[in-house]
Amino acid sequence: MDAAADPPSPGLTERQRWMAVLARANAAELAALLETVPPLPAYRRLRGPESGLVMLRGRTGGAGAAFNLGEMTVTRCTVRTDDGLTGHAYVAGRDARQAELAALVDALLQDATRHSAVQQAVINPLAEAQQRRRERDGRKAAATRVDFFALATMRATP
Amino acid sequence: MAYVAVKGGERAIDNAHAWLAETRRGNPDVPEIGVAQIAEQIGRAVDRVMGEGSLFDRELAALAIKQSQGDLIEAAFLLRAYRTTLPRFIHSEPVDTAGMAIRRRISATFKDLPGGQILGPTYDYTHRLLDFALASEATVAAAPEASHPVGEMAHVHSLLRHEGLLENDEPAAAGEPGDLTRQPLSFPAPRDVRLQALARGDEGFLLALGYSTQRGWGGTHPFAGEIRMGEAVVEIIPPELGFPIDIGDITLTECQMINQFKGSKTVPAQFTRGYGLVFGHSERKAMAMALVDRAMRAEELGEDVTAPAQNIEFVLYHSDNVEGTGFTEHLKLPHYVDFQSELETVRRMRRDMAAPMAEVAQ
Repeated sequence: MDAAADPPSPGLTERQRWMAVLARANAAELAALLETVPPLPAYRRLRGPESGLVMLRGRTGGAGAAFNLGEMTVTRCTVRTDDGLTGHAYVAGRDARQAELAALVDALLQDATRHSAVQQAVINPLAEAQQRRRERDGRKAAATRVDFFALATMRATP
Repeated sequence: MAYVAVKGGERAIDNAHAWLAETRRGNPDVPEIGVAQIAEQIGRAVDRVMGEGSLFDRELAALAIKQSQGDLIEAAFLLRAYRTTLPRFIHSEPVDTAGMAIRRRISATFKDLPGGQILGPTYDYTHRLLDFALASEATVAAAPEASHPVGEMAHVHSLLRHEGLLENDEPAAAGEPGDLTRQPLSFPAPRDVRLQALARGDEGFLLALGYSTQRGWGGTHPFAGEIRMGEAVVEIIPPELGFPIDIGDITLTECQMINQFKGSKTVPAQFTRGYGLVFGHSERKAMAMALVDRAMRAEELGEDVTAPAQNIEFVLYHSDNVEGTGFTEHLKLPHYVDFQSELETVRRMRRDMAAPMAEVAQ
């Protein structure tokens, strides 16, 4: 599936923004980027990683009363680092490794001494790649925009 | 008479399943298809199985398609069964379809809508000629890109709303919406439950019913006000965090039908609307859903309820293909005792009828 979606809106907190980025990163990407920020603190899992369901809701007519549309899979994990920081993750799909690494990164980013290194090494490249994919799909969509020719204009052409 | 269980046939069943596995694999000289290949290259079937299986997970739907040899109803059944093994953590916030990352957005009612008509990856305007080039493998060129990406696009119906020409969305209800997976259907079914049933309903059934409304069986003179497809953000509010978090994107197709309505003593003439929202790129299903949603509003809008598509009970009791296949296909299970008793009854009836006729003949 294409990872296209709206760019994070400006009203979001910094933590909401990095969680959104982590939710769209795969486990291999996360593991590779985390290799570049050693040494990582030891951590233990407080909950999960465990897979379950989210009941998705829509709105009648697009903006009216809520209704239950159907479910999706989600995987969640909560970790605590030896520094005492708790990280949470809920990510679409069933990738336990992604959820665990996302929870770890969530904890690391709450540590003032590590924040900027992790943000630069992990979040920024992921966010940029996700933004590039969104823009690429947006440009492909824009290339299929219809230009109508009014018949009057066509008749005027000799 | 009730169904009576029979025992036996274990070895035959095991052998049948072994042959099924071999048949599923097909000729071993042909490379085996991978789940990722199904997810990537048979995407519309995956979308349909996710929708009718009522579970958004591309990999699981692809696996179900592989396991069922492409029998999509069987695949939806497998997904429905799998979901019962998972706990439900939470529900999402209602998805914001107005804010979706647009891949396709068209309107048959407004030519010059803000943002324009975005065709997206569509089969419309293709000639429906078999493309024999696809029979051999070839590299596909990347699709052209415009210099600027499309932006967020407001719903088309919001353009007419300020004039009062189009009915407004129902206001958000105070309580929780109904959930078919937790409470059995009961009637009269409110619109939230109807929409849930339609979203997981069989595409063929809804297509036929929607088509029947166009042919005069409960006609509502529809226009495709807007069809959009793209990726919508999923947000949840986990209690341990207490604020909304974004857990990823889902592909959705949404259809807004605009239908004629002559008005009444209390409501001035305005257009009414039918709504379709479906997992994945499933335009036919979204359109059919919107037609049937509008048809089922007949009673609410003071129209005569005469056609099948307007009969809420008929539609909702027969739209689910997993239920339909269960009840239809159970007929092939052994009914030996059942049938034996009916056989006896028919023999007796024939004997009883033959006896007086024999007397008359004498």
